[in-house]
Amino acid sequence: MKQFSTLFQAIESTTSSNAKISAIVNYFEQAQDLDKLWCIAIFSHKRPKRSVTTTLLRTWAAELADIPQWLFEETYHIVGDLAETISKVTPANKNKESKTLSDWIQYIIDLKELAEEEKKEKILYAWSALNSDERFLFNKLITGGFRMGVAQKTIVKALSRLLGQEENVIAHKLMGNWTPQNISYQELLLTEDQKHNLSKPYPFYLAYALDSDLQNLGAPDDWFAEYKWDGIRGQIIKRDSHIYVWSRGEELVTHQYPEFDALIDIPDDFVIDGEVLVIKEEKIASFNALQKRIGRKAVSKKMRTEYPVKMMVYDLLELNNADIRDQQQQKRRLLLEKLFLGISSEMPLRLSPLVSFSTWEELHDIRNNIRKKDAEGLMLKRKTGPYKTGRKKGDWYKWKVDPMTIDAVMIYAQRGHGRRANLFTDFTFALKDGDRLVPFAKAYSGLTDIEFREVSQFVRKNTLEKFGPVSSVRPELVFEVAFEGIAESKRHKSGIALRFPRIKRWRKDKPVSEINTLDDIKKFLSSD
Amino acid sequence: MAPLIRFTSKGIYCPQADVYIDPWKSVDKALITHAHADHARRGHKGYLCHHHSINILKYRLGNINVQGIEYEKTININGVTISFHPAGHVVGSAQIKLQNNKESWVISGDYKIENDNLSVPFQPVTCDYFITESTFGLPVFQWEDQRVVMDKINKWWSHNKEQKVPSLISAYSLGKAQRLIQNVDHSIGPVLCHPAIANTNEAIIASGIKMKESHPIGDNYNNTEALFICPPAAIDSLSKKLGKSSVAIASGWMALRGARRRRNVEHGFVLSDHADWAGLNQAIRDTGAQKVYVTHGYSDIFSKWLNEKGIPSQTVETAFEGEKMVETEEV
Ligand SMILES: [Zn+2]
Ligand SMILES: [Zn+2]
Repeated sequence: MKQFSTLFQAIESTTSSNAKISAIVNYFEQAQDLDKLWCIAIFSHKRPKRSVTTTLLRTWAAELADIPQWLFEETYHIVGDLAETISKVTPANKNKESKTLSDWIQYIIDLKELAEEEKKEKILYAWSALNSDERFLFNKLITGGFRMGVAQKTIVKALSRLLGQEENVIAHKLMGNWTPQNISYQELLLTEDQKHNLSKPYPFYLAYALDSDLQNLGAPDDWFAEYKWDGIRGQIIKRDSHIYVWSRGEELVTHQYPEFDALIDIPDDFVIDGEVLVIKEEKIASFNALQKRIGRKAVSKKMRTEYPVKMMVYDLLELNNADIRDQQQQKRRLLLEKLFLGISSEMPLRLSPLVSFSTWEELHDIRNNIRKKDAEGLMLKRKTGPYKTGRKKGDWYKWKVDPMTIDAVMIYAQRGHGRRANLFTDFTFALKDGDRLVPFAKAYSGLTDIEFREVSQFVRKNTLEKFGPVSSVRPELVFEVAFEGIAESKRHKSGIALRFPRIKRWRKDKPVSEINTLDDIKKFLSSD
Repeated sequence: MAPLIRFTSKGIYCPQADVYIDPWKSVDKALITHAHADHARRGHKGYLCHHHSINILKYRLGNINVQGIEYEKTININGVTISFHPAGHVVGSAQIKLQNNKESWVISGDYKIENDNLSVPFQPVTCDYFITESTFGLPVFQWEDQRVVMDKINKWWSHNKEQKVPSLISAYSLGKAQRLIQNVDHSIGPVLCHPAIANTNEAIIASGIKMKESHPIGDNYNNTEALFICPPAAIDSLSKKLGKSSVAIASGWMALRGARRRRNVEHGFVLSDHADWAGLNQAIRDTGAQKVYVTHGYSDIFSKWLNEKGIPSQTVETAFEGEKMVETEEV
């Protein structure tokens, strides 16, 4: 654990990705295969199944720290991280243990079958055998939610440097639903034949937001434009009479979308990239409709009739076992269109159409009228670009429709969690409805640190009432709140629900008397 | 019978002696625990503080009417005996004790238990009523030995020197900055201070206190062997001037991973001029106080804890601002 803890500290104490890569390479040069494998798994957000509930961990930690449970909970609330809270309130280590990362993980896995008392004994022993930093890591392994501050890109680069393999190849090898329990380090990284894993997806290519004038992209003729659909990004794999559906979060979601089982009847094998949407009678339903399907394990017949999903397909990554990601966008598009010639409209696949345009001005107009098309904006793809790995600049851009905004007053503030443990960071905003104020949105991001401090200071001085971590605040500060979408909602007092609300800016120039009304925001409903 | 101390809208007040302690609105007679901005404010007619605070107060507040007093010396105002006792927080910091024939109070201001090798170390003072801070009044705050922290800082500094990048550390200009100067390993390289710190050092040295050597930065921006110390507010502008540098923060808040990540600092050294969880509990026990008033920090939580431990306690609302949010300026 000492080595892994050193790696963790090294990663935490630098913001340079080069230094992080060196630290990882350094660890891999020393660690045993199984430790390496688990380390990669952790970086890829895979962890052993939880074998102890957090409730028990909290109880035992308070007991060991000799503090009342309520004090532990209050402290946890302020620190915002359970693993960290436990590691800091429990006493310094008195035992020494030379177990490595994978030993400790096995130790955690073995807890699963034990009775509660035995679990407790084992956990308390581990806490007493590890120092505070190691204790933190041990707790993270149990509770999950590990964010090591390392992008997938970084681990890919480190392995590429270590093994002398192309980054693309490594990224692909790390995809899929392997675990250290069903594969060895050798099999995962050192064999070239990856076909043993039929379900293995390709890393997604992610677009950058367009941040400059269209003119800077060069000639319009070098680019494809497509609609940017407001759905769930997905990858569908058909290999050897098997269908696999992957979400962008590298989650296998095949069973959530049984519609795609029908693809088995298509003669070709393929891997396609696109957006999963609810499409009923060739009409795209709102994101709210799709939300009914997200995360559902069992999908009833009624669900499928009411909210049928299809994929709007825009790229082809593999055709009959040949990886074609290196081919130009226009070539892949051609192959995709050819593939679609053989796909009947009974199938839950639709070809995402190209938007034709000849000048950038024309494209501007198209985007400005886009809301009716149920799309979030446009995608621009360079005709000669390959299908890259991860978020890379240059060939794919998303060009979103400007978000909607409204001026509202802050009425509640909540102390932040974790990284913002000492500031008020979560705010609830209200709009006018006659002479009442009606809360309608909660938003976090969008202020600078200095503004956060200023707002926090205001909250402290103008708190009317406290409900636990939440303070109700004198309604004086006006903010412009931006959001991506709006829908009617019976569950909310305001009667509306927003998508991605966020603070756009602090309107110090506006008095509360000038904020918008509930009726104002409802006007967006019809235009959406 | 009227109590010796009252909590008023101007601050902590002793009616019998007609004096305020660390008041936040203008008063005639102010007793000042220490020179930090949230305790020593502008606009009082007369100030009384420990004599090591006089120069610092004058530097910070301008030409004020201020008198000094030694630790443990007593003065008497209208039947109230007043004395100042070492708080170990920063140079000249004091706990102020007020006593009449009925009861005694200690207003501790800010304090820490560990000897920082510059300010006179904290001494427990027995009393009936104790007013304590609780800036770090949560059980997650457990400080390491100063020597251990200084070792880490020295290592970081030496490493940077080898890599030929200047070391820049953010530390509050009164307290933390001098503590660093006194305790880092000067054989590594020179210590260069931001003007706000250099001026504070001068005020301290002018009070007859010996400090280890440090120099104002001047235009010495290219020295990769130096340790640059600067107040939190100046860190961004100074790091721009230094070009490529290694930036660190020395603060008690650095104990929290979230606080480190939020400030996006690569090196957070856990070093505080306030008492940690164990320190607060120890200090309170040692006063033998029958009642404890808690301010300045996680007061609700800490007060509830004391009550459960059988030490009657309540929180005091004060106008101290920003104590929880100003992560690097734990003043
Ligand atoms: Zn203070
Ligand atoms: Zn202070």
